[in-house]
Amino acid sequence: MTASAPADVPAGVGEPTPAAAASPLPAAGPRGLGALAGRAGRAGRPRRARRSRPVDLLGLLPFAAYVAVFLGAPAYAVITAAFKDDSGNPTLSNVTTTLKDPYRHAFTVSIELSVFSAVLGAVLGLALAVAVSGARRDGFVHRAVTTGSGVLAYFGGLPLAFVFLATLGPQGLVTKWLNSAGYNLTQHGFVLWNMAGLVLVYLYFQIPLMLLVIFPALDGLRPQWEEAARSLGASRLQYWLRVGGPLLAPPFLGALLLLFANAFAAYATAYALSTGSVPLVPIQIGSVMSGNVLAGQENIGNALGLWMIVVVGLVVVAYTLLQRRTARWLR
Amino acid sequence: MTALISDPAGLQSPATVRPGRTPRRRPKIGRAVLLLLFAAYFFVPLYAAIDFTLGGSRRNMGHTLSVWTGLVHQEGFTTNLMTSLKIAGLTVVLLLVLMVPTMAWLHLRLPHLRRVVEGVCLLPMAIPAVVIANGILGAFKSWPQSITGSSWILILEYVILALPFTYRSLDAGLSAIPLTTMVEAARSLGASWPTTLWRVVVPNIRTAIASAGILGAALALGEFTIANLLLLNTFPVWTDQAGQQDGEVATTASMLILFLSWLLLMLVSHLGRGRTKKSPKLRRSK
Repeated sequence: MTASAPADVPAGVGEPTPAAAASPLPAAGPRGLGALAGRAGRAGRPRRARRSRPVDLLGLLPFAAYVAVFLGAPAYAVITAAFKDDSGNPTLSNVTTTLKDPYRHAFTVSIELSVFSAVLGAVLGLALAVAVSGARRDGFVHRAVTTGSGVLAYFGGLPLAFVFLATLGPQGLVTKWLNSAGYNLTQHGFVLWNMAGLVLVYLYFQIPLMLLVIFPALDGLRPQWEEAARSLGASRLQYWLRVGGPLLAPPFLGALLLLFANAFAAYATAYALSTGSVPLVPIQIGSVMSGNVLAGQENIGNALGLWMIVVVGLVVVAYTLLQRRTARWLR
Repeated sequence: MTALISDPAGLQSPATVRPGRTPRRRPKIGRAVLLLLFAAYFFVPLYAAIDFTLGGSRRNMGHTLSVWTGLVHQEGFTTNLMTSLKIAGLTVVLLLVLMVPTMAWLHLRLPHLRRVVEGVCLLPMAIPAVVIANGILGAFKSWPQSITGSSWILILEYVILALPFTYRSLDAGLSAIPLTTMVEAARSLGASWPTTLWRVVVPNIRTAIASAGILGAALALGEFTIANLLLLNTFPVWTDQAGQQDGEVATTASMLILFLSWLLLMLVSHLGRGRTKKSPKLRRSK
């Protein structure tokens, strides 16, 4: 089925962008979930001497063809269409139009939301991870938090929106609790689909994702290093400033980037909370796809998509580079 | 909680449990309060949602299971749930048929290309689902409607979305066994390639295969973005539409998706624990 498919796809479409292809990423997983599967067991087996023959490459053909058709072709279609006008002539107008309002505003809101939820998620996630790393590894708290974050990091999308509507929506339980306590949320300007509301909702998957990514790094800090520093006369603060902090900085920054990309690409939750009215880039793309677009701007959605690939792609590449750095001391 | 506060094992047998951790100085109360706050943030919404599905928002009527039991009679509930289950099943089959032989081959014959393939498998992270959905419209215009206008396109694309964690899962599984030795033994005893793959490789990495498959199923069950933008009907899309009329039905359907996928994910984490116990080398000794 896969071998016959790529008939109308230009050659080389499915080739990865060089930057992303070079990414090593041994430790933390995509959307954190990979972490569930444990760290990739890279070490251990001795390298086999057997040389691979060029013919062996044929074994990768089904995979390569599949990715070329079902990921490469859509990406190629978006990127090329971004530079075409309605009748297919080359133009830069889509790409430049998307840099002006209202799209500029959408990018601002999307980036703000992603930054806020990533920074808050990273800081709170780290705090929780530190609090839990003091608990015994086989204890209830540790197990509950690791299992729970594995499950919750996955919990974006539509259900999350409805869970929060039942909590803080107009009919929500907490809204009612607060009302009966004499505090009206709406009067104080809180709705689930403004910036504060969305950040609060996004944290529900950002914090667990942070936990999944940062746990291995935190566990990788050997107690011996702290003892060594302490026996050399360092205070606890000095240890964290000069040893622990610098070691944790790359994985922390990497996690921050992953959280940013995660929030920036998210669509379903915001869409369901606002029924598509929040000015976020993914929602604007969706709205263009549903036909809400001026004549002569049919490819605006593709241009927005191109910019999204640029932003998320760069962030993911930076993340993998930071991850590679972490991998040097984290095994 | 007691384990957190007293932590006797760390003091009694430092060599086995937590070698040489310096005794904690931070106030335990602070940590307990922090954990409680987090617990509240994560549990209150779930409690509220369950309360809501039990009719807790309707005043003076008490709690009832009527929304849950009435779900089956909702227009479109059964068909869309079945569609989503079918999509999930087929996604898993296609994913594993494509990736298990590829990964085994990669480990056996092309180990120097592992990084390249890993990079390719991570690409779906860098291309948001919204953009993929947009690209599908442009790329497959000339394809028959029976593929692009049906669940098939979703199955085909969900395999792509599942690549990042499938790679990781299978890579970990294959790295943990002496694959080359096993395959050489099987081949020298006269087994064909398909037999070797099916009777030697697959049974030895069944945990990794199960993890990859379950995660793929959970993804396919809950995916909303692409299905909604391509105007295809799946269970999440139905849930969203139901939500525009009846919040209780939509919340109940959401909880159903949640419970299903959580069940699957708990299964994965359970499998993962089993494996690390059996092969302690995967874990750094602590």
